[in-house]
Amino acid sequence: MSERAPILEVRNLSTSFKTDQGVVTAVDDVSFDLYAGETLGIVGESGCGKTVTSKSIMRLLPDHLTIYGPESRILFDDKNLAQIPEREMRDVRGARIAMIFQEPMTSLNPVFTIGWQLDEALKYHTDLDRAGRREKSIEMLRLVEIPNPEKRISEYPHQLSGGMRQRVMIAMALSCEPDVLIADEPTTALDVTIQAQILQLMGELKTRLDTAIMLITHDLGVVAQVCDRVLVMYAGRVIEEGTIRDIFHRPRHPYTRALLDSIPKSGKREHGKPLPTIPGIVPSLFELPPGCRFQERCALKEERCVDEEPRLEDHEGWQVRCHFPLEIGEVAEEVR
Amino acid sequence: MWTYILRRLLYSIPVYLGIVLLLMACLRVNDPVAGFLGKGASEEAYQAKKESMGLDRPFVVQYFDFLRQLVTFEFIKVPDEEVTASEDGGAAVLRSRGIESWSQEGRTVGQILRESIIPSISITVPALCFTLLISIVIALLSAYYRGRLPDKLMMVSAVLGMSISFLVYIIFGQYWAAYLLNQKLELEFFAVQGYEPGAANWAHYCLLPVLISTIVAMGYDTRFYRAVMVEESGRDYIITARAKGSTKRKIMFVHMLKNAMIPIITRVMSTLPFLVMGSILLEMYFNIPGMGRALLDSIFSNDFPVTQMLVAVFAGIFLVSVILTDVFYALVDPRVRLS
Repeated sequence: MSERAPILEVRNLSTSFKTDQGVVTAVDDVSFDLYAGETLGIVGESGCGKTVTSKSIMRLLPDHLTIYGPESRILFDDKNLAQIPEREMRDVRGARIAMIFQEPMTSLNPVFTIGWQLDEALKYHTDLDRAGRREKSIEMLRLVEIPNPEKRISEYPHQLSGGMRQRVMIAMALSCEPDVLIADEPTTALDVTIQAQILQLMGELKTRLDTAIMLITHDLGVVAQVCDRVLVMYAGRVIEEGTIRDIFHRPRHPYTRALLDSIPKSGKREHGKPLPTIPGIVPSLFELPPGCRFQERCALKEERCVDEEPRLEDHEGWQVRCHFPLEIGEVAEEVR
Repeated sequence: MWTYILRRLLYSIPVYLGIVLLLMACLRVNDPVAGFLGKGASEEAYQAKKESMGLDRPFVVQYFDFLRQLVTFEFIKVPDEEVTASEDGGAAVLRSRGIESWSQEGRTVGQILRESIIPSISITVPALCFTLLISIVIALLSAYYRGRLPDKLMMVSAVLGMSISFLVYIIFGQYWAAYLLNQKLELEFFAVQGYEPGAANWAHYCLLPVLISTIVAMGYDTRFYRAVMVEESGRDYIITARAKGSTKRKIMFVHMLKNAMIPIITRVMSTLPFLVMGSILLEMYFNIPGMGRALLDSIFSNDFPVTQMLVAVFAGIFLVSVILTDVFYALVDPRVRLS
């Protein structure tokens, strides 16, 4: 995979917001690559900057409140998306990079039909005529396994269930055959059976259309199920990046380790044991400590962690931002 | 859709019957005839007045008779005799058709209604249209530039505009736009006051009151509509539309406006009945013989038949506007139709 050129390169992305309390940096120096046909998971707690990262790539944040760092580069199609004018950005959105959202119940416009909303994206980005667009819309609805698409196309969002609406969102996002699909917690609002169906559908469509997927989630179970690589974020920073195997079997960062430990497990060995949790809360972005951002909650904190923020270092193919990364084979006892 | 409208209409029939019942009962708590004739009236005159109005009949009979008048629209019809009567100059024939006003002798209730409704509407309807158009545009612009200079400027002027009393606008409007313009520049564009029927006279007599009420209403409306737009602009579907590659303009005028129409319609429709009644203040100051003034006059002069009819008609219009609101809802919001 590494021999292929990445389809999307994010380099040193920093996104700050102007707020009443001053400028706050929600995403700090984030870099990663996305390759065609792969699924990259971005995980982290609420407020760690995963949604802001995705919205920065799409430039969907409010212009007058958002500042991109001068070093920020979002390289896609030989262009830096962080700097191209809004007009050019519109040709990228929906056509080349599409996005689906967390809340299928509210993400569709309630007063327009499904067909109208599917038609809109096609109207902007394809040369199809009205009949052609309708045909394509029906085809897309069939692709996302919506029964009776000819009838559904003239229905309104409130006539569909949550899972159906998310399917419509996926159909809409994929209708112009984008190179990249950003899925921002696409299954969080759905119940587990529907969640599995949607994830399976996304997986199938990915191989079929060779789309790269950027999956943003806080659900490690979802990540394990569908992702090829994982990016772990904490308080606006990438703290660990690696393949799904590496992250789940050999986590290097104490935070990743602790996250994995706090997944409930079944079985006799676990019976009666309390579920491990990570003590404390994410630091406020206004009061970030000078050293490691995870120091307050880290079981392995040392003096160096307080004084100096670790750099994201490359350790034989995967990246960790920690002064004292866990060694391979070194197991949880240390952390616990 | 049609069954929905029909259902709404059927539901409002008992409501209207109740309103009329209440209205008639309320107006009869104090004897209207005694109130009109005053203390010095003779017994014969009292009885004659009572009989001519049919107030001596049992209440139930009066109720159904009044309902009949309303349902058959008898009150508003132009009786054949009315024309001939005016030619003859006699009021005798008139009395046989239509209920006569007590204080304005020789005029029927229907006549008063017909004659006052046009001046009222010729001020309030254009005022509503102007206000609606201008304030929606300003609200959209304001929401578009939310938090930035144009938005702040527009909102400050809206608050300023609505903080000044209606009366101040009327008096200064009459003084500057009408009186001074006439005196200094000899431009007789706006009349200081008065009304004459006919489209040719409209601008002269009605434009100034229309402009004044537009300015007054604009402050409130703009702020309300802006709040609606701002709320809509934060919705998830807006981000979806942007992620699809929609232009900002299309998002504002198509995605957002159709959603914002729901609360806007509620507000506009709830003002509809008051439009027909007209603005009492404007009608008083500009001396325009509209419905608001007709109602006020009838109340002050104990003109029982006119008061009763005007209130009943007003209640009817109110109900119709409520139904219309629901119909418009159903047109704009697909979620309403099923429920």
